[in-house]
Amino acid sequence: MIGNLDYSTLQQIWWLIVSVVGSLFVFLLFVQGGQSMLFTLAHNEEEKSLMINSLGRKWEMTFTTLVLFGGALFAAFPKFYATSFGGAYWVWMLILFTFIIQAVSYEYRKKPDNFLGSWAYEFFLFINGTVGVLLIGVVVGTFFSGAAFALNEYNQVTWQNSIRGLEAATNMFNLAFGLFLIFLGRTLAGMYLLNNIDHGALNARSRRSVLINFLWTLPFLFFVLISLVTMEGFAVNPETMEVFMEKGKYLNNLLAMPLLLVFLLTGLGLVIYGVVVTCFKGSEKGIWFAGLGTVLTALAIFLTAGYNNTAFYPSYADLQSSLTIYNASSSKYTLTVMTYVALGIPFVLAYVAYVWRLMDSKKLTAKELTEGENSHEMY
Amino acid sequence: MIEQVDLSQVNWARAQFALTAMYHWIFVPLTLGLAFLLAFFESIYVKTGNEEWKRLTKFWMTLFGINFAIGVATGIILEFQFGTNWSNYSWMVGDIFGAPLAIEGIFAFFLEATFFAVMFFGWDRVSRKFHLFSTWMVAIGSSLSALWILVANAWMQSPVGMAFNPDTARFEMQNFWEVLLSPVAISKFTHTTSSGFLLASLFVVGISCWYLLKGRHQLMAKRSIVVASVFGFLAASYVGLTGDESAYLVAQNQPMKLAAMEGLYDGEVNAGVVAMGVVNSEKRPGDEQKDFIFAVKVPMALALLANREFGSFVPGINDLVFGNEEQGIVSVGSRMERGQQAIAYLAAYKEAEDNNNEAASQAALQQFNIYKDDMGYGHLAKPSDAVPPVATTFYAFHIMVALGSLFPLVFLLALYFLHRGNLEKQRPFLVVGVLCVPLGYIAQQCGWVVAEVGRQPWTIQGMLPVHVANTNLTTGTVQTTFFIFLGLFTMLLIAEIKIMCKQIQIGPEEK
Repeated sequence: MIGNLDYSTLQQIWWLIVSVVGSLFVFLLFVQGGQSMLFTLAHNEEEKSLMINSLGRKWEMTFTTLVLFGGALFAAFPKFYATSFGGAYWVWMLILFTFIIQAVSYEYRKKPDNFLGSWAYEFFLFINGTVGVLLIGVVVGTFFSGAAFALNEYNQVTWQNSIRGLEAATNMFNLAFGLFLIFLGRTLAGMYLLNNIDHGALNARSRRSVLINFLWTLPFLFFVLISLVTMEGFAVNPETMEVFMEKGKYLNNLLAMPLLLVFLLTGLGLVIYGVVVTCFKGSEKGIWFAGLGTVLTALAIFLTAGYNNTAFYPSYADLQSSLTIYNASSSKYTLTVMTYVALGIPFVLAYVAYVWRLMDSKKLTAKELTEGENSHEMY
Repeated sequence: MIEQVDLSQVNWARAQFALTAMYHWIFVPLTLGLAFLLAFFESIYVKTGNEEWKRLTKFWMTLFGINFAIGVATGIILEFQFGTNWSNYSWMVGDIFGAPLAIEGIFAFFLEATFFAVMFFGWDRVSRKFHLFSTWMVAIGSSLSALWILVANAWMQSPVGMAFNPDTARFEMQNFWEVLLSPVAISKFTHTTSSGFLLASLFVVGISCWYLLKGRHQLMAKRSIVVASVFGFLAASYVGLTGDESAYLVAQNQPMKLAAMEGLYDGEVNAGVVAMGVVNSEKRPGDEQKDFIFAVKVPMALALLANREFGSFVPGINDLVFGNEEQGIVSVGSRMERGQQAIAYLAAYKEAEDNNNEAASQAALQQFNIYKDDMGYGHLAKPSDAVPPVATTFYAFHIMVALGSLFPLVFLLALYFLHRGNLEKQRPFLVVGVLCVPLGYIAQQCGWVVAEVGRQPWTIQGMLPVHVANTNLTTGTVQTTFFIFLGLFTMLLIAEIKIMCKQIQIGPEEK
């Protein structure tokens, strides 16, 4: 069946797959959100250890999802991989540095003789949770605000700005997107920690942090949403493949694809519902509503960027170099092979969910950190 | 196609890739092998119910975790570096190369990430059997990960299952199975993973020898040595077998690499294998200088190694650079001319297409197809550019082989002394056991130096030289990131070694 799909359907399927992986990554940024609250949410060493051990069982999921997001883009849209990573060199390098230092920090923080001291590793986690997430948001922002590249006839990229991608962080829309992601991650982290840890004082503070961080997301969320529906967008003429600026392009996309509008509104509604039941109804299940809501919202945003004759990685420096899911994709053969491979993804999701439930059925307690069977391995 | 290439920038990008890959490869082989050793140890625990084996498992697991974390940290940069520093490569072959990387993410990384958490924090959260299952899954996940990335690397050494598409000006996949099941991919996977099993066995044996020397944790040490020596001996033998297969495939696919590995300038029918030697570093292709300052050779053996046939011809560097009509070898110079034709006809084809000149574009395409197989050579500046650094390749190869021949003996002796019941008294042997740990790491690094330095100047053998594959960054930019990586990874390596040593010193949990 997959073998009979036409090229453009395959390209759309792969944009969907990439978007789903990206959306799951946005949800999993609760790990980074929690890292950014290490110094404020925890008031003593025990609480900090609880936070780190709770997040420490999930950080690899987030990390792996990021790697898969990159890998899926490489396989399905290699021109994006080449253009963005090679072109926006510095912004990607900085993001990678924050993830390199994250990867050792959980494991090394508490180990004796760890060379840099616990504080350094906690600081690494903080940097990853703030700077790392901010820059990821900035990069995703460029899906709408555009980037500064030109491609020649052999598709070699020339970047038009000497700070190679960092210029994106001077754009208000991108910055607001990044800040929104940070506070969203922190909101989700509060709910996750509440759900995952059993500790009176920390739980109470987590609950309060959910409301405060959610309120912080609002100005950035409004700014992003209002900009998105009012800005000129990078449209593609399906006949000539010519890229041109269209007024209200992204609003038009949402109206042309009402399902995405439903995803966006339902998603935001679920996030709000999660926050409300957490803060006012004493629930500990808020993370599941807000998590699903985050995935739906992010999915709507990613799909708006790529579907309906839109350039998903536009260039404001050279409009016709802009990347669409049609001109940036792999060959039909490769997309077909990869679509067969993607049939395995539900299976992967299933065992991840099963093990997650199994491992989180009991909440983490302070006692487990020092006395349990696993105490020797605690972060 | 390439107007101005800043060679020093390319070299800095290469240095950066080499640096990050070499750091990464300090940690990965241990992960590959130790994961299986943990699975063996834990299987014995579950089978016997003996808590001593659980303690032993947990001890090695702690070391595994320390090593794993930094393996992950150094790994992420490798995947993204294809994009950041080799963007033209990413575009030219992303259609083929991206697939195994994505498959690695889907099938291997999630297996590792999911079950890693169970392995470390699940002892009293899941059943004993499920815990054991998780440990096995981590082991299988790490080898699966190795499979896919090695398939990708093998494809760069021996590009198969693809064709150049002049319209998109890139290489596109034609047959996934050819890519996955290419003989080079299989040999690379088996040789590399078994070398990881070997290294992890040396690691376990070495640390256990240290405990025996110190008179600490003797029972645990001996139990660890039994399992690791058996596994290590099997792995080491397999490394030898697959190494022979690797050399054979190199001879068939990358004869220049084989010539460099052996320092062979003039091809011979009865060429010997160099057992040991000192390369004349002044020697250049085509000159009259001696190739070796001193060398001991095993006569006639190279033909057997390279072609599995006594008396067959093995080409040397000079034959490959200057051609050898008698043996039907085309010189690099004429392949360069053909390659330049291909590049010119491709440009003509593109231009005609842009101008909607159907006749001209078809004519250009026809000509292009005649020359396209040598297109990569069209980017070389001079014939001798096709020669990799001979001395580096030669020494790395010979050190690897020498060490690889030593290791099986170490495992056999360990088993012999254990059988005799006097291992703890064999102090000189125990010292050798400890020293084998760093030697194992050296052999690992040498192996990759042979594979990667030996295939220069190609990113993709015969198709894409490194200076066409890279991103047009300034030298300063790449230098900056190079030094950041150097500083960062060195700092993390120091931390890792200190933590590791401390944990070894502390030893397993007391009852």
